[in-house]
Amino acid sequence: MTVGSQVKQCAASLKSVKAGLETLAEQSADAQLARELLEAASSFDPIIADLYQRIGVLEREEPQYEGF
Amino acid sequence: MPGWLEITLRSAATFAGIFIIIKLLGKKQLSEMSFFEYVVGITIGSIASSLSINREIPIIYGVISLLIWIFIPFILNFFALKNKKFRDLVEGRETVLVKDGKILEDNLKKEYYSIENLLNQLRKKSVFNLSDVEFAVLETDGDLSVLLKKDKQPVTPKDLNLPVGIEKEPQTVIMDGQILDESLKNRGLNRQWLKTELEKIGVAIENVFLGQVDSMGQLTVDLYDDKITVPEPVQKPLLLATLKKCQADLELFALATDAPEAKQMYAKHAEEIERAIAKLKPLLN
Repeated sequence: MTVGSQVKQCAASLKSVKAGLETLAEQSADAQLARELLEAASSFDPIIADLYQRIGVLEREEPQYEGF
Repeated sequence: MPGWLEITLRSAATFAGIFIIIKLLGKKQLSEMSFFEYVVGITIGSIASSLSINREIPIIYGVISLLIWIFIPFILNFFALKNKKFRDLVEGRETVLVKDGKILEDNLKKEYYSIENLLNQLRKKSVFNLSDVEFAVLETDGDLSVLLKKDKQPVTPKDLNLPVGIEKEPQTVIMDGQILDESLKNRGLNRQWLKTELEKIGVAIENVFLGQVDSMGQLTVDLYDDKITVPEPVQKPLLLATLKKCQADLELFALATDAPEAKQMYAKHAEEIERAIAKLKPLLN
């Protein structure tokens, strides 16, 4: 597995965590609980964005693995 | 009227009467009976029983006596609610038996409480050592309430500085294989959601004896068929585990990369995720 695909996997996992937290927030019984969960979910946004930027750089470095 | 018929009618009528009275008096009678209420209860019971079985008592006499025994405590209770002094007189006052870790012998005597009685009551509260007791009070209903010394009290999350999540009461959404729409609605969920959740764990609704939803919408079910094991809800632990994996991955990337700015970026985000984990841990447990 190339570095690029590893980073992609990590970004995808983070996205899944974010979606999971949002689901829990949607189902939760308490407004404050929902807010805390959503806050935590949105705190991953900049990390995911940075990771995708890094994926772009990695793909330029190793164009033969692009899309993997 | 033949004897057996009269007894049947009397008993049925008395039962109905007592049933209505109990409903009127409310739940307090059952749980925290003072001595006074105890006596009233016994008397009403024995009047009712004589009324139902003793043919020589005219029914009207029994009814009058019952009404008086119900009415007077009712009035007394009413005034007791309004006035503190009156309340103390009617319901009695609690007696302090242990203060500052020392037994108050005078109060023991006043309540006809022997030291064995006291130790017995303490043992029932799992207190075997008198030196653990800071304060104990004999309530008006005869129960002993015990305050342990601070260092003998059970540890709470606050003592340990443990962060705790928010926990609301769970809602029972399935009972005996029937969906309770009202509690589903209370939680802002619907039948479709329930169907999806049941499909996820592969269980038919007819087989569910009891289903509860916790404050984050996790469904726990108990089945009629106890041979089938239902998977525990894994969503929350799974989220936490995935997050930990991401954090470890980022640290690994930070070590592996040669580009200094990427190294910095990975390290910074690894730290951020670590903070997020610490914050989410109490919520996701």
